[in-house]
Amino acid sequence: MTHQNHTPFSLYVHIPFCSSICGYCDFNTYTAQQLGGGVSQESFHALLIRELAVASRTLDAPSVSTVFIGGGTPTLIGSDSLTQILRGIEKYFPMDEDVEITTEANPDSVNAQMLSQLRQGGFNRISFGMQSVSSTVLATLQRTHTAGASAQAATWAREAGFEHVNLDLIYGTPGETDSDVRDSVNVCIDAGVDHVAAYSLIVEPGTSMARAVNSGALPPPDDDACADRHNIIDTMLQQAGFDWYEVSNWAKPGGQSAHNQVYWTSANWWGVGPGAHSHVNGRRWVNHKHPATYAKAMEEIATEEIGMEKVDLVIGEALRANTEELTPEQIHVERVMLALRTRAGLSVGELDAEEFLRAKEFARKGVIDPVEFARGVVRVTDSERLLADRVIRELLG
Amino acid sequence: MSSPRPGSTDPAVVRNFCIIAHIDHGKSTLADRMLQHTGLVDARSMRAQYLDRMDIERERGITIKSQAVRLPYQSLGGKEYILNLIDTPGHVDFTYEVSRSLAACEGAVLLVDAAQGIEAQTLANLYLAMENDMEIIPVLNKIDLPAAQPEKYAAELAHIIGCDPTDVLMVSAKTGVGVSELLERIIEKVPAPKGDASAPARALIFDSVYDTYRGVVTYVRVVDGRIGTRDKIEMMSLGTTHELLEVGVISPEPVPSDGIGVGEVGYLITGVKDVRQSRVGDTVTTALRGATESLGGYRDPLPMVFSGLYPLDGSDYPELRDALDKLKLNDAALTYEPETSLALGFGFRCGFLGLLHLEIVRERLEREFNLELISTAPNVVYRVITDAGKEIIVTNPSEFPETKLSQIFEPVVRATVLLPSEFVGAVMELCQQRRGVLLGMDYLSEDRVELRYTLPLAEIVFDFFDQLKSRTRGYASLDYEPTGEQEADLVKVDILLHGEAVDAFSAVVHRDKSQAYGVLIVQKLKELIPRQQYEVPIQAAIGARIITRETVRAVRKDVLAKCYGGDISRKRKLLEKQKEGKKRMKMVGSVEVPQEAFIAVLSTSDKSAKK
Repeated sequence: MTHQNHTPFSLYVHIPFCSSICGYCDFNTYTAQQLGGGVSQESFHALLIRELAVASRTLDAPSVSTVFIGGGTPTLIGSDSLTQILRGIEKYFPMDEDVEITTEANPDSVNAQMLSQLRQGGFNRISFGMQSVSSTVLATLQRTHTAGASAQAATWAREAGFEHVNLDLIYGTPGETDSDVRDSVNVCIDAGVDHVAAYSLIVEPGTSMARAVNSGALPPPDDDACADRHNIIDTMLQQAGFDWYEVSNWAKPGGQSAHNQVYWTSANWWGVGPGAHSHVNGRRWVNHKHPATYAKAMEEIATEEIGMEKVDLVIGEALRANTEELTPEQIHVERVMLALRTRAGLSVGELDAEEFLRAKEFARKGVIDPVEFARGVVRVTDSERLLADRVIRELLG
Repeated sequence: MSSPRPGSTDPAVVRNFCIIAHIDHGKSTLADRMLQHTGLVDARSMRAQYLDRMDIERERGITIKSQAVRLPYQSLGGKEYILNLIDTPGHVDFTYEVSRSLAACEGAVLLVDAAQGIEAQTLANLYLAMENDMEIIPVLNKIDLPAAQPEKYAAELAHIIGCDPTDVLMVSAKTGVGVSELLERIIEKVPAPKGDASAPARALIFDSVYDTYRGVVTYVRVVDGRIGTRDKIEMMSLGTTHELLEVGVISPEPVPSDGIGVGEVGYLITGVKDVRQSRVGDTVTTALRGATESLGGYRDPLPMVFSGLYPLDGSDYPELRDALDKLKLNDAALTYEPETSLALGFGFRCGFLGLLHLEIVRERLEREFNLELISTAPNVVYRVITDAGKEIIVTNPSEFPETKLSQIFEPVVRATVLLPSEFVGAVMELCQQRRGVLLGMDYLSEDRVELRYTLPLAEIVFDFFDQLKSRTRGYASLDYEPTGEQEADLVKVDILLHGEAVDAFSAVVHRDKSQAYGVLIVQKLKELIPRQQYEVPIQAAIGARIITRETVRAVRKDVLAKCYGGDISRKRKLLEKQKEGKKRMKMVGSVEVPQEAFIAVLSTSDKSAKK
């Protein structure tokens, strides 16, 4: 994938709506019932477009390399609204020629027609939350779609002309077997997608799953089983022509998500919407989390101001719940912790003297790839991939 | 009529008495009430537990150091008396101090909670007092409590002392009921001190306390002669002489005087800085024309229980040393010498009178000196005879020799347990398990039993008290005194992590129990040691023989699943937190062991003996 010659800049757009909340999910998303009145799902995209205007004015309209609409369930607001958001982006930002435009979708919130509309509207990549083909696992995860819906949705997407399709898997769910995992991976392979992301189940505090685990109603995920299943997935996908490029991501040649790389290379992105995170030039911030709070802050930014030639930074800040200025040390820590999760690794030149010595020792032990290290790249060896966090901790000292 | 002055008080009006009571039975409250009743302290300056000086004493309701207060008292008959109340420590660890306090008195108030009856500790001290031919005044306290059973416990006391139940006074120290009668009874029953005013001075040291500003304050009871401000004094067991800087009485604050005479109780200040210069039990005389024969009964304090104290943060070692040096000024029984542990770093092997003493020292180090400590499981002293006939004294289990031993001796105690009769079976079973030998059993009353056992001290040190309490729903009380040593078949159990012995975990146990002990510790550690990069075998061994083994499997997955937008800050913060957590890990060889694992394994139970 070739990019125009500028620092990558990306947009993330958060749609905080779901038809029901899955038991394991701690994302910033709400059902219509949870929201009550006050926030309109139908006109929510208009608020998002106004933030896009703020972003554009604030950053002086950089050219956009990738767009990712995530959630929640973006497809819940319909292909029209999603397409309008895309038009909004195009209105306020110049777009790279090869811009990657992804939306997330739930397998049961799309049909062939809708996917076709999205493709025609400009989306060129789609990511489905498939999680598993085992109905037991789907029930434990409290997913609403059937085991077969994901493969069907992926097929429709390809028929609609999506070049890039991703399927998300979750492994390690209590009650899941190794063979469930194999079945799920086979479905991904057979569906002809070019990207698979597989995550070990994490029981996040505050979720209904965490309550079930704490009360003993559900056993916690087993780390050894997770390790085994990661290896099963990795082996099967490699045999089918996929390669890992980050600990949880596999792609066929040309199928790597450019948007993902933005996060992992500490490039700049602006997150639009409630609870969305941004990172621009060493500053991280997060918007107000609740859609109603976010909407209220947005209302206070007058339309006229957005239309003005120059927008005061203070205007955008009204949307934010929290801002962090990263110190050089923090930037370095992030670089190491992000890069070592990726197959691309980290340039040896980014290490300080002590880290270099530790890396050298790791290379000797085979924890990091000695051949790559000799070439100036710190890359965790395939076999140590599942222990990447330990390597990161120890390398940072 | 003014009250007699210190130094010129007729012994005939002096009454020296102490209060023998169990913790919580209201001794300090009764003392408070006496201070008020005699008019020594007015209501305005009164505070609870007036005589307890240390925070720990007040918080835990225990007396660690003896106190003595001079109470001028006008009897109901209108005569002026001097009552000297000598407060005594109330714990098994301080039996020797108790015996010296008792030796300074002619009478004892036996104070018992009317809702609970007598406890083992009190009984032991009572017997001590009776052996000294002291006048015993039995008192039931807390008669205002709804749960009080005065008739039942009066009968019990009468049975033990051999008096009539009607002789038992009924008091509520809380409300003040009966306090006046008690004071009158003391005047009536406690004999006046007898002594030879013209003989060379002899005074018994029953306590000595280090004061930051004044140096050591020595509490004495004059038996013969007089000690005056201008005298030079001699400590008879040490043969050292000191100039007197001050003589006085506590009433209830220090009041300097010209001197103190026969039968009087007061304090001496010489300017020495170390309580070891002024030892409890020693006899003070004058350097000039002094006594040739001491009062007798002096004993060097002997540490019975040992434990290694280590700073959590190794860099606090110098602070720990300074803190121990300071505590030692006020604690003649505390011993310590530097030791090094592979697992815990630099620390001190400390000797204590018992578990409470250990706990108090530890608590004072943490509280008064702000130190965070790890203490190794308490152990006793072993005497080992090698095949070659060499004798070795072992105070640290990791130094217990492993081979070619012909004999091993361990300290034993004579333990007294008082308990409701329904629990006799359970307690006998416990004592049996702990290698106890039954010496005797008596019914104090219909439903209260006294059990006497010989037990190895090591068994008591290892969570005996907690077990006793849990088997008797808290109703049993325990007292013990060292009676010597016995030969025993003991072995050292080592705990190995990844093949390396962790010295801090080594323990000396009876051969029959070594397997159970090994399994217990190994399983505890298996729960507590996090999975590491490599598989970590945890083994218990006697010498080269492995007796049990568990394995902490290698960690196989240590990576977060997701790392996108908002995950990045979160993950960075997690990394920063983990870095902090790493500081609380100790490296044992190549194995990371969390502090919690050390603490959990080293503490024989959640709570050690507090009462």
